Amino acid sequence: MQFLQSVIIRVCTTLITLIGVAVIVFFTVRVVPGNPIAMMLPPGATEADVARLTALYGLDKPIPQQFVIWLSGVLHGDFGTSITTKQPVLQLVLSRLPATLELSVMALSIAIVIGGIMALTGTRQRGTKTEAAIDVGNGMALSIPDFLWGLILILAFGVLIPIFHISGRVTPSLALPFTSNFYLTESLLRLRFDLWLDIAAHMFMPALALAIPLAAIIGQLLKQSLKETMHLDYVTLARTKGYGETHVILREALPNAILPTLTLVGVQFTFLIGGTVIIERLFSYEGLGNMAIDAVINRDLPLIQGIVILFAVIFTGVNLLVDLTYAALNPRLRHA
Amino acid sequence: MLDGRSQIKRKLPTRLVLSASWLILLAIAAICAPRIAPFDPLAQDLFLGQLPPFWVQGHEPGYLLGTDSLGRDVLSRILYGARLALTVALIAGSITCIIGATMGLLAGFLRGWVDIVISRAIDIWMAFPPVLFSILLIAVLGPSLTSIIIAIVVIDWTRFARVIRAEAMSQGAMDYVASAQIAGRSRVSTMLTEILPNVLPTITVLLTLEMGIAIIVEAILSFVNLSISTDDPTWGGMIAEGRASIHQTWWVLVFPLITLFLTVLSFSQLGEGLKDRFDPVLR
Amino acid sequence: MSFLTIHNLSARLKGRPDQILRRVSLQVAAGEVRGLVGESGAGKSMIGKAILGTLPNSVEISGGQIILDGTDLLALPPAQRRRLIGAKCALIPQDPLTALNPSRRIGPQITNRLVDILGWSRSDAEKRALNLLAEVQIPDPARVMRCYPHELSGGMRQRILIASAFAAEPKLIIADEPTTALDVTVQKQILKLIAAMQARHGTALLFVTHDLGVVSKVCQSLSVLYAGMVLEDSTIPDFFAAPKHPYSRALLQATPKYTDPDGSLTPVPDAVIAATRAEVEASDRSAHV
Ligand SMILES: Nc1ncnc2c1ncn2[C@@H]1O[C@H](COP(=O)(O)OP(=O)(O)OP(=O)(O)O)[C@@H](O)[C@H]1O
Ligand SMILES: [Mg+2]
Repeated sequence: MQFLQSVIIRVCTTLITLIGVAVIVFFTVRVVPGNPIAMMLPPGATEADVARLTALYGLDKPIPQQFVIWLSGVLHGDFGTSITTKQPVLQLVLSRLPATLELSVMALSIAIVIGGIMALTGTRQRGTKTEAAIDVGNGMALSIPDFLWGLILILAFGVLIPIFHISGRVTPSLALPFTSNFYLTESLLRLRFDLWLDIAAHMFMPALALAIPLAAIIGQLLKQSLKETMHLDYVTLARTKGYGETHVILREALPNAILPTLTLVGVQFTFLIGGTVIIERLFSYEGLGNMAIDAVINRDLPLIQGIVILFAVIFTGVNLLVDLTYAALNPRLRHA
Repeated sequence: MLDGRSQIKRKLPTRLVLSASWLILLAIAAICAPRIAPFDPLAQDLFLGQLPPFWVQGHEPGYLLGTDSLGRDVLSRILYGARLALTVALIAGSITCIIGATMGLLAGFLRGWVDIVISRAIDIWMAFPPVLFSILLIAVLGPSLTSIIIAIVVIDWTRFARVIRAEAMSQGAMDYVASAQIAGRSRVSTMLTEILPNVLPTITVLLTLEMGIAIIVEAILSFVNLSISTDDPTWGGMIAEGRASIHQTWWVLVFPLITLFLTVLSFSQLGEGLKDRFDPVLR
Repeated sequence: MSFLTIHNLSARLKGRPDQILRRVSLQVAAGEVRGLVGESGAGKSMIGKAILGTLPNSVEISGGQIILDGTDLLALPPAQRRRLIGAKCALIPQDPLTALNPSRRIGPQITNRLVDILGWSRSDAEKRALNLLAEVQIPDPARVMRCYPHELSGGMRQRILIASAFAAEPKLIIADEPTTALDVTVQKQILKLIAAMQARHGTALLFVTHDLGVVSKVCQSLSVLYAGMVLEDSTIPDFFAAPKHPYSRALLQATPKYTDPDGSLTPVPDAVIAATRAEVEASDRSAHV
């Protein structure tokens, strides 16, 4: 009962946050100097043309009224029409979302694998030089943001040892039989491993750049909580039963040490998704972030609004999901 | 606890020394840029375009780190870029720190509706993709130094507010604060004389880290060509040029990247090093 | 030949001269209950940890032997040693609140040693666990097997840990102050339970405690420890009739039950402590020669 109640409260605060985001974005983009309509018309267009188009996009009404119209549209799934491409914003955004989602999830998986290995190795080798080396490596990885890792990876594996692709999502000359934009997932489902390999090879560098700082955070935090757990009595008791170090770490300590890491990974995952904006730009990867920067440069207000709202929905959704998972995984909370 | 770590940490402020040295060196270079830069960073010379750095075949004496495709000297541009980077780090970092820390102190110590409003604002801010939001702000405000600073302050104040709020809350729960209150001091005066000094170490650490972040944000903004006017030398701008012509003139990317890397690493290591020094357990 | 023989065991903090155990010798015969008493910090737990191989990383064994059932543990490779300990020894820990893994159900925590280390079938192990839970007087064992630790009281958990210790029919159980973390009312029951289980299974027991009153009820022999050194090694009747070492005598006097119940409690006198310290130091010096 209590659990349900806290879920409802959590969902409500999430909605308030989203409305806050919508208000701020809406009013921020309205302040843009220069008339975006005038920019999209060919030179020599008349005042009347500008006025007609302005009215068409609803930009002539007072701003609060524009907001109400826009919000009621949003609630009906209508995010308006992109000024530059004249396509519905929702359609544009949804067509790019899969690319960004696949990139983010790949990055998260890489981060969990690297971070997990670092934490487990560091715990297994605690007190040795290996642990010290892992600590130094984690410290470095944490200090450097994804943008710089991206550039370093481009130099290292795009130029110095050119083994990975450093731009685009897929080799342009390949014929793609896909019906969705989840290229990586769909190529796997269609058993087209040749395509999968090409797409993964394009994705690997940007995903790694996004993953490195998160891997370091996971490595540090998980190692710390593993080491704390290793001192607890039930771990000692398991040792006296005849279990070896590896079993003790994996079976006894890890399930209890992982919960605090999980919450943090949730928040950090939203930071990672935020990082896709610049990383997609850096690697010319055709995702949401890249489209967002183009939209800003072209002053495509409806599109900017749509993308920012979508990001906010993803961020708050991830956080909500993490909180619920946390509650579901922790037996003490579940039965409380 | 009896383990060797505490001793090692005390023995090795090496990272503090190293990072501080690099930052001081960079600051001096930035201040003296007009005197020590070998060339005018804006001077184009198409006959001297795409010169490699001094140890590579085909270099031109004087152009130590080579030139870009327009024949502008890479070293001079890095030096002038440092001026912008450090200016942004100092000004944007400090303003972010003052605003964010104030918000955090107010929310954490006064609690009540102030806390509710500020916490809600923090929640909303955390739902924005920060890079995209800063780019959007620059597009709205128009590219200029002031815009960069405003964008950084607007997206990053929550970094301070979140941490300082939590610290102020735990400090506010302690006995000495209660006794100051009983002694009849006003809440604001208690906040400034009892809480602020105790969160000052944290603020210092966060400020140091924030300066590194500000430099990265500035680099990202100039990378997408939204920093200051397009001609002025910026590290991010050079990196963007270098990225575009990476297979022809790698040095246009590599040297600003190394400078940016070392600077960001130094700020971060300085911050972490200070954190260890301030940590009473390790002291 | 005793089941457990500790011979001249010394331990110290790694890389430092600080002695934690000083040439400790003690024996536990098969089926015997030996008390191990001493003030806090005397090194009682360290002896238990040395036997079980769970010493903290900062402590190293600097000499001596631990012979379990004829095998010198310290000479075995770690994996083999662990398996031997797992099969022949068990621990009843001090604090039942922290000695059960909070994220696993009770059942597997009792059966895991049987299945993973000793190769029992899962159903046999579960049957065994159910019997043992009934034996330690847990109501509705089948339900408890499916519980998480936080759903059970401290006394219940300690019963479960006792059941778990006896699960593999070990030859030696080390109980490190198994009741100090419990309610006074529960302490007596748990103590009785341990004694009854020990008698029924004929397991040797090394019983670590501060409390001479408990020792007199549960144990057959005892070792008195001070600053990591064994001062006295007697049978219970001999000890309570006439303790040999002045420190033991003072310790006995400091225990309320064995002095006049109305009389005031006499702490161990400073003079006795000083004399004992001197003895410890003298023995250190002689060991260095
Ligand atoms: N993790 C550790 N690292 C280093 N020294 C330790 C550690 N744990 C205990 N010691 C030291 O070892 C000595 C013996 O400790 P031990 O825990 O065996 O005492 P004890 O007799 O069990 O005391 P108590 O009755 O309080 O449990 C003490 O001097 C203690 O300071
Ligand atoms: Mg003890």
